[in-house]
Amino acid sequence: MTGTAATVIDAGVGNIGNLVRALRHLGAEVEITCDPETIRASRCLVLPGVGAFRPPREVLRGAPEEAIRSALDGGATLLGICIGYQLLFDSSEEFGTTDGLALLPGGVTELPGGVPLPHIGWNRVFAVRDHPLLAGSTNDDHYYFVHSFAPQDVPEEWVLGRCRHGRSFPAITGRGRIAGTQFHPEKSGAAGLRLLGNYLAWAGDLAAGADGGAPEGHGGTHATAAGH
Amino acid sequence: MRATIEPTGLTRRIIPCLDVAAGRVVKGVQFKNLTDHGDPTEAAARYAAEGADEIVFLDITAAPERRDTDLDWVRRTAEQVFIPLSVGGGVRSVDDGRKLLLAGADKLGINTAAVAEPELLTRLAERFGSQCVVLSVDAKRREGDAAANGPGWEVVTHGGRTPTGLDALEWIGEGIERGAGEILLTSIDSDGTQAGYDLELLRRASALSPVPVIASGGAGTLEHLADALETGAAAVLAASIFHQETYSVGAVKEYLGRRYPIRIQTGASR
Repeated sequence: MTGTAATVIDAGVGNIGNLVRALRHLGAEVEITCDPETIRASRCLVLPGVGAFRPPREVLRGAPEEAIRSALDGGATLLGICIGYQLLFDSSEEFGTTDGLALLPGGVTELPGGVPLPHIGWNRVFAVRDHPLLAGSTNDDHYYFVHSFAPQDVPEEWVLGRCRHGRSFPAITGRGRIAGTQFHPEKSGAAGLRLLGNYLAWAGDLAAGADGGAPEGHGGTHATAAGH
Repeated sequence: MRATIEPTGLTRRIIPCLDVAAGRVVKGVQFKNLTDHGDPTEAAARYAAEGADEIVFLDITAAPERRDTDLDWVRRTAEQVFIPLSVGGGVRSVDDGRKLLLAGADKLGINTAAVAEPELLTRLAERFGSQCVVLSVDAKRREGDAAANGPGWEVVTHGGRTPTGLDALEWIGEGIERGAGEILLTSIDSDGTQAGYDLELLRRASALSPVPVIASGGAGTLEHLADALETGAAAVLAASIFHQETYSVGAVKEYLGRRYPIRIQTGASR
């Protein structure tokens, strides 16, 4: 994992400094960019996001989005974080319906009332299946959340971890080489750093193994999560 | 106590507070007689390893000396400590806030500047989101004639030295309306005494606040921390008991975790 080159996609909104600091702390060589050619050439993509769904969605529309799809087709891995995670799904209902990148099946909806919103703080995530991202994790692990919307109607076969706040929602989802977390691993202490380190190692392994698995891709319907 | 499935697994937070002056951790009694407690980054890293849920830094020299919060120790800390960091002291503008967030702070503590210019809370919340804006309120119990009609608390600023005439509970309500996403409520009477939080103040503030209230000022025993959570605080902040190593963060969490939802960090150092 040391020296893994990670490309952080900067959609121009929000403070991504602490994510970059965490990746560098883990030994990654980090490039921050929204340049389509750089994205296309990357083998390890991270899509962060803070704030609202629509502004980064519009920044990605067109060439950057096509570059992400192209990189995935070429065998890259992708990790979405917080709003970057929500962007991976089909659509979001924040301020009217906006289409997402449709790399993962499901829609993003507001969490129900009866609990404080936004959902800010440490909450427990129950791992529901094995995945390279979750190596070393336990069901006592808590992660740090800051959000009011979350994915819904995600097919259970892709849900890696669940959290409860008003409703049970997929806190970690993964399909093929695409994964994402609703929480901020870069702010989640030892558990969060372990998950980010796992991601870098997984991306590094897949890049090194070149054909350790066909790029199962966003279009696949029955691809299984790598590492099983 | 938690027999039914609760609607959330959100935990109560344990927050060590580091008062920083001239780049060093300090602690006094009622903001006076400061003593040196080491390097902020090292202290924050140690508390994070023990399982702290967040670190609050208060640059207590910033307001009295009217200088910018020094950013170097914030940067160093953000490079090594990967839990939420809140920094207060000397934030007087959106630009001050932006610099702190870029240096690695996740939340901004606003105290004196908000009293002088309440609109600042709104501008910060609109620019960075309410989750970034922590209204820090230093409250002092009214005495004598002012307390004749029951307990009341006045907002004081500049590290407890300047009375404002503002009622603390009314100010909290106004601050939330203006965009504060969290209230850090310090009892100046209790601060540093280790005699317990001002529970009456905490009870009233928690009852009126839809946003999390962090109890601060007076923690001396494990029971004090439990009292604050029982009273409705979303989080407890303490300094002396951690700096003097009366309790580790891990020991506090183990104790409180028997009665409240608490994040127990697996493999935490003790």
